[in-house]
Amino acid sequence: MIIKLFYFARLKETLKYSTEDLNLPDEPMTVLKLKAFLAKRGDVWGEMLMGKLKVRAAINHELVDDNASISNGDEVAFFPPVTGG
Amino acid sequence: MTVRIQTEDFDAGFEISQLHKNHKDIGAVVSFIGLVRDMNDGDAVSQLTLEHYPGMTEKSLASIINQAKARWNIVEALIIHRVGTLQPSDQIVLVTVSGAHRGEAFAACEFMMDYLKTEAPFWKKEATPQGEHWVEAKSTDDAARERWGMGK
Repeated sequence: MIIKLFYFARLKETLKYSTEDLNLPDEPMTVLKLKAFLAKRGDVWGEMLMGKLKVRAAINHELVDDNASISNGDEVAFFPPVTGG
Repeated sequence: MTVRIQTEDFDAGFEISQLHKNHKDIGAVVSFIGLVRDMNDGDAVSQLTLEHYPGMTEKSLASIINQAKARWNIVEALIIHRVGTLQPSDQIVLVTVSGAHRGEAFAACEFMMDYLKTEAPFWKKEATPQGEHWVEAKSTDDAARERWGMGK
């Protein structure tokens, strides 16, 4: 399946990615599994997505937790806890 | 209901007057304006840059207004949030709520700000004499949201 990924704020800066299209194996995928998959890229990826820093995720513009399922065509975003207002 | 994300400043007086224009059932208008401070956690702040997630931000703010409308008897609600580069004393956010009575308008306005601070996808980066850094989320903001007792 193919998903669209977005990164924001500190994640975008550190990973040096703002968006990418990602081809994933056709098997059940969750936010946690996706983080583990991306963490295998090594270097800062593991640190940013599976490390001590809190990371929040959204699927199709809705905040979700690690157990949320990801489907073909979804827009998934990773970002730090929000600080607006 | 109005949600606007913009780089330019806003005229709070004008926006507030628009919110109750043509309504004879409104007895109360409550507003919150958030400003850029020149100090944060002991650091002098010379500039603030706000990033957001276009598409999700608008939906998130609309959802916050809808939750407030479901909970309180309010007539109109408006959220304007600025993004881009701001200076100390600049306006960042305006939340305005109108209703028949002040009690519900006060509560809805505070609720909307507490939810905005913890759910809407905005991120602040501060410029200080030590360099630029991303602002950390505060647990006091989570606590402020939790008191409304609606879980996540």
